[in-house]
Amino acid sequence: MYNLKTFFNIVKKEMQHILRDHRTLFILLGMPIVLVILFGFAITNEIKDAEIGFLDKSNDVFSLQLREKINASNYFNINTVLQNERNIEEGFKRGEIKMVVVVPNNFGKQLQRNEDVSIQLIADASDPNSANTVIGYMSAILREFHMKNIIERMQMPAISTQVRMLYNPHLDSTFYFVPGVITIILMLVSAMMTSITIAREKEFGNMEILLVSPLKPSIIIFGKTIPYIMLSLLNAVTILLIGYFVFQMPLSSKMWLLILEVILFIITSLSLGILISTVANNQQTALMISLMALLLPTILLSGFIFPIESMPKLLQWVSHIIPAKWFIIIIKDIMLKEAGVAIVWEETLVLIGITIFFLILSIKKFSIRLS
Amino acid sequence: MRRIRFILEKEFRQILRNKLMLPILFIMPVVQLFLLSYAANFEVKNLKVHVVDYDVSSLSKKLLNKLHGSDYFILSSRSHDTEKAYFNLDQNIADIGLIIPNNFSENLYSGETVEVQLLINAINGTKAALANNYMQNIVSDFGKEFHSDNITVQPTKQFKGLKISHRHWFNKYEDYKIFMVPGILVLLVTMIAMFLSSINIVREKEIGTAEQLNVTTIRKPEFIIGKLLPFWILALLELSIGLLLGWLIFDVPIRGSIGLVYLFAMLYIITVLGLGMFVSTITDRQQQAMFISWFLLVIFILMSGLFTPIESMPEWARVITKFNPIAYFVQFMRMVMLKGSSSEHVTHLFISIGIYALLTNSLAILNYRKTTK
Repeated sequence: MYNLKTFFNIVKKEMQHILRDHRTLFILLGMPIVLVILFGFAITNEIKDAEIGFLDKSNDVFSLQLREKINASNYFNINTVLQNERNIEEGFKRGEIKMVVVVPNNFGKQLQRNEDVSIQLIADASDPNSANTVIGYMSAILREFHMKNIIERMQMPAISTQVRMLYNPHLDSTFYFVPGVITIILMLVSAMMTSITIAREKEFGNMEILLVSPLKPSIIIFGKTIPYIMLSLLNAVTILLIGYFVFQMPLSSKMWLLILEVILFIITSLSLGILISTVANNQQTALMISLMALLLPTILLSGFIFPIESMPKLLQWVSHIIPAKWFIIIIKDIMLKEAGVAIVWEETLVLIGITIFFLILSIKKFSIRLS
Repeated sequence: MRRIRFILEKEFRQILRNKLMLPILFIMPVVQLFLLSYAANFEVKNLKVHVVDYDVSSLSKKLLNKLHGSDYFILSSRSHDTEKAYFNLDQNIADIGLIIPNNFSENLYSGETVEVQLLINAINGTKAALANNYMQNIVSDFGKEFHSDNITVQPTKQFKGLKISHRHWFNKYEDYKIFMVPGILVLLVTMIAMFLSSINIVREKEIGTAEQLNVTTIRKPEFIIGKLLPFWILALLELSIGLLLGWLIFDVPIRGSIGLVYLFAMLYIITVLGLGMFVSTITDRQQQAMFISWFLLVIFILMSGLFTPIESMPEWARVITKFNPIAYFVQFMRMVMLKGSSSEHVTHLFISIGIYALLTNSLAILNYRKTTK
C-alpha cells in the first residue's frame, strides 16, 4: 500500500513538471496538429503549374495552338517565350524555369504534310525526379496534341486499361502520411522526452537521491513514464480525429486493435528512451543520441516518406530492425485496409519481439546503476 | 578583445571535454550524409506485380516480358484467379495486380479494343500515380509495336510519328544523390548550429553559472560573440567535411565558385545561430529550448524544398517559405553547386539572408539580459 502511494506521488510529480512548463506543453500538443496539416496540404510531390520556357522556331498557327494547350493544362505555365537557344541556360541558372520545349522550324507544315515531327524537351535535371516527371507529363500532352491532329482520322484499335486504385481511390496524400505522423509523434514524446527527463535527473544529481529511497529503480522509472504514455495517447487520438474531421480519413472499425497496437509501440519507444538515458549522462547528449539514433532512422528508413523498395539492399536490411517500419505497416493495414488480427499478426509479433529485446536490454543496463 | 578570448577558450574547452558529444559532432555528418543520400529518394522502382494471365498466349507473354524488362516492375507472383490478386494486395505481397483477359490476343488480331485491368495499392498516392503512369506507357508502347509489326494487316493505316527527344541538363545520369547532397549539407550545418546555440546559454541559466558570468565585466555583445564564434567555426568545419565527402564519394560537382558558397554559408550560419540564441533567451530549461528548436526546425526543413519542391506547395505555403532561411540556403546551394550560377544570379538570395541574419541577431541581443528578474 505504501509503495502504491509513493508510486502515485512520482507520477504526480512528473505530471506537475510537464504541466508547469507551458511552452513545452504547447509544442507537444501543437506539433501533431501542425505536422498533419503540413503533410496534408503542403508537402507534396505533385507537379502543378511548373514554370517552363517555350522556344518557338516555327511561329505558326499550330505552334500557337500547342502553346495554348500547354498553358491550359494544370501542370504547366509558360512564363517565358525564348528567342534563341542561348537564353535557355540563363533561365535555368536563374532558377526561373524547369524545362524548355523546343518547337522546330516548319512545325505546322510537317504536321499538315503528315511528316515526322520532332520536338525537343530540355529539362533542368539538377532535380532528376522532377525532371523526369515534367518530361513525362509534357510528353503526354504532346502525344495528345499530335493524336488530335493526325491519328484521330485513322481510327486504330487500342488497348485500354481499366485502373482501380485500391484503399485510397482519390489518391489522397493524407492517407499515406497520417500513420507516419502518428509514429513520429509517439517516438518523439515517448522516447525523446523520457530519455531527456531521466538524463536531466542524472545531470542534477537527483537520480542518486531517488535511488537511495526504498523504492525499486524500475518502479521509479515506470512512474516517471506514465505521464508520457498518457500524453502520447492523447496525441495519437488528436491526430486520428484531425484525419477524420479535416481530411475525411476513414476511422477504422477495429478501434480496439488500433489502440492496443499504439500502446505496444509506446512501450517500444519508452524502452528505447530508457536505454538512451542509461548511456547519456546529460540532456544535451541524450538529445543528440535521440536525434541521430532514433528520429533520423525513423523518419528515413521506416517507409514514412521514402519508399523502402527503392533503397539499396543494405538499407532495406537495416530497415527491418527499425520498429517504426513494422508499426507503420500495421496501422496502415488497420486504418486503410480494415485489416484484423489475421493480417497483422506477423508484423505485431516482430514488433513484440523487438520491444522485449530493448526492454530487457534497458532494464539490465539500468540496474548497473550510476557509476 | 581579451575578454572575448577568455570566453572562447572556455567554450572550446567545454566542447572538447565532453567525450560523448565530440564523436557525435563528427560522426553525425558522415552518417547523415550517407543515410540521407541513399534513402531520401522518391524514385519508384521494384514494384511487385501479381499477374493474372487468363489468355496465356504468345502476345500476353510478350507484354509481360516488356514489363519484366523495365526497372519499375518485378513480376513477383502469378495465378489464374483475380481473387488471389486482391488477396495479395491485402497482404502486402504485391503492389499491383495486372489482369489480362482471355480474349486478349484474339481481340487484338481482329482489331477490336482490348481491356487490361490494373489493381493498384494507392495508399501512397504519389507512388500509385507514377506506377499507373509507367504501366500505361508500357502498355501503349506495346500497342504501338503490335500495330507496326502487323502493318500488313492494315496497310492503309500507316502514319508518321511524333518524335520527342529529351535532354537532361546539369545532371546527365539523373543521379538523385547529386541533387540531394547539397541540400543535406544545409541540413547538417543547420542542425548543428541551431541545437548547439539554443541549448548553450539556457544551460548556463539552468545550472546557475549564468549568474557568475553576469557579474563579470564582460559586455553583452562580447559575451554573445564569444559564445557563438565556436559554433560558427564548428558549423563551417562540418560544411567543409560534408563538401569534401560529397566530392570524394558522390562526385558532387561544385560548378560555381566555392568562395561564393562559403560566403553565403558564413552569413547563413550567423542567421541560424542568432535564431538559436533567441530561443535560448526566451526559455529557461534545456529541454524547453530543445523542443522549441526542434519544432522550428521540423517546420523549416519540411517547408524548405529539400524533399519536396516548393512549386508544388499551395499559395499560402509558398508565402511561408519566404520567411524560411533554410529554403534560401537550399536553393542557393543547388543553384551554385549544380548549375554554376554566378553571383549576379543569386544576389537576391544574399540580400534576403543578410536581412535575416541582422534580424535574428538583433532580436537575440535585445532579448538577452545580463540581469535576472
